Amino acid sequence: MTDATFTAPTQSRALKIALRWGLYLMLTVFALWYLLPFFVMLTTSLKSLEEIRTGSLIALPREVTFDAWRTAWSGACTGIQCEGLQPYFWNSVMLAVPAVMISTVLGAMNGYVVAQWNFRGANIIFALMLFGCFIPFQVVLLPMARTLGILNIAGTIPGLIFVHVIYGIGFTTLFFRNYYVTIPAELTKAAKIDGAGFFRIFWSIFLPLSLPIIVVTVIWQFTQIWNDFLFGVSFSQAGTQPITVALNNIVNSTTGVKAYNVDMAAAIIAALPTLLVYVVAGKYFIRGLTAGSVKG
Amino acid sequence: MQWLERHVPKLVLAPSFIAALLFVYGFIAWTAWVSFTRSRLLPNYDLVGTIQYERLFASPRWEVALNNLFVFGVLFIGISMLLGLLLAIFLDQKIRTEGVLRTIYLYPMALSLIVTGTAWKWMLNPGLGLEAMVRGWGFEDFRFDWITDPDMAIYTVVIAGVWQASGFVMALFLAGLRSVDGEIIKAAQVDGIPTHRIYTAIIIPSMAPIFLSAFIVLSHLAIKSFDLVIALTGGGPGYATDLPATYMYAMAFSRGDIGQAASSAMVMMMIVFAIVVPYLYSELRAKHD
Repeated sequence: MTDATFTAPTQSRALKIALRWGLYLMLTVFALWYLLPFFVMLTTSLKSLEEIRTGSLIALPREVTFDAWRTAWSGACTGIQCEGLQPYFWNSVMLAVPAVMISTVLGAMNGYVVAQWNFRGANIIFALMLFGCFIPFQVVLLPMARTLGILNIAGTIPGLIFVHVIYGIGFTTLFFRNYYVTIPAELTKAAKIDGAGFFRIFWSIFLPLSLPIIVVTVIWQFTQIWNDFLFGVSFSQAGTQPITVALNNIVNSTTGVKAYNVDMAAAIIAALPTLLVYVVAGKYFIRGLTAGSVKG
Repeated sequence: MQWLERHVPKLVLAPSFIAALLFVYGFIAWTAWVSFTRSRLLPNYDLVGTIQYERLFASPRWEVALNNLFVFGVLFIGISMLLGLLLAIFLDQKIRTEGVLRTIYLYPMALSLIVTGTAWKWMLNPGLGLEAMVRGWGFEDFRFDWITDPDMAIYTVVIAGVWQASGFVMALFLAGLRSVDGEIIKAAQVDGIPTHRIYTAIIIPSMAPIFLSAFIVLSHLAIKSFDLVIALTGGGPGYATDLPATYMYAMAFSRGDIGQAASSAMVMMMIVFAIVVPYLYSELRAKHD
């Protein structure tokens, strides 16, 4: 028994309410801290440069202007070119969509094999593939740059798709394998006895069950690939850069006056697709994060 | 046809396996080999011993990068874990707005580190950012110019990194808290054990595996951190915020020193392995028991 149980009930009640208020206060303060950068990005992007120079960082814009957004989308300079983020946004789309699709399909097939058609050595193969998720990619940058050159896809979007697929398979295989392992092996056995083959079983039994894990995998891969910078900056050239590289170039371009409002608008544009995914499908996003981290 | 039928699973797995052998293991072998040569602008395959590693560890810039990794790693992991745990415990008190708060705490994880770096770079800008804001409130002597101060700039990377990752640690811990057996907690409450003791004596010790995986993920993030430094400080002022990842990149793509790039990449890999391999080993062993 502690002292707390002997204090007068009214006093402990007041204490409880005070604690509760303190708790909510703390939670709100932290929420503001997480929101602050986004709030600042948004308000800065809607201000004129003049207002940025004279006003306070967190002040709301006195006069809302979308000029910075227009410039960020179609006029800001990334080095010598001044076409804004627009072409790079589409580069990222054209890069992410096929890379996500290919790596997801491969992951589904691999996961299906490892979980349900386990042959001798399959687990070792799986472990070896999984290991690829852990390496710091710096260790493959140099040979990959040469390989892309030899394959004649250096500095191209197909080259980047290739790289993202190769280093994405480990994770996608892991996701599908962990999901398919929970489906009873008897199901496959029964279907085999009925004369169904490898692909037939996948197509009519496993695929219809796979929607949740497909969503998790697609979201995970899309976020990874859209937000990637290392591969993008290493294996692209002027014109084929993904949006993260273009954003960094806009922010760090040294020519002319620093247009902070354009930088912020550009940053939001680059963040918008993944943020949208997060808002719409947050549950699946979190599931991918925890699955990808706890096991991989 | 029979043969094909029997070997379909192997044939399906084969391309991915070959890709892993070639592009993971083959490439590591290539980098390892080159790290023992005199390669500069072009790779050269004559082994000459550990000369690149000697150059690496004699380089003051690499020393700064390793030091920074240590400072950044310890603070980033420590603060993210502490903050994540604190937020998870707070949110676990039957908070009515939990769903909204969780969404707010976790959204940075959906952003590219380049976006995070860009946002914080702007806020930390001494002339127009937080410093100017506080001065505008009347505190004329307020100073917060870490980002331009070579001794302090690495701490700005910590701030932005914690902002990005702590919500994620919160989500991990919250899932862990929720998986603790409710009966035990109820029994402890009936016995009159105060809440803070329930946390320190029962709940937190039972979450040891989650601490471990949070630690693994965060240290992995810390070692790989490249985007954040590039976007926030560009490695500067000078090379004050260089990390091994940015050092490697500078050697590979702007200095044209392949030997140094390869040897620094190998050291990065050893650091990752030193952390990850014991973890994987214990995970696999636990499954066999």
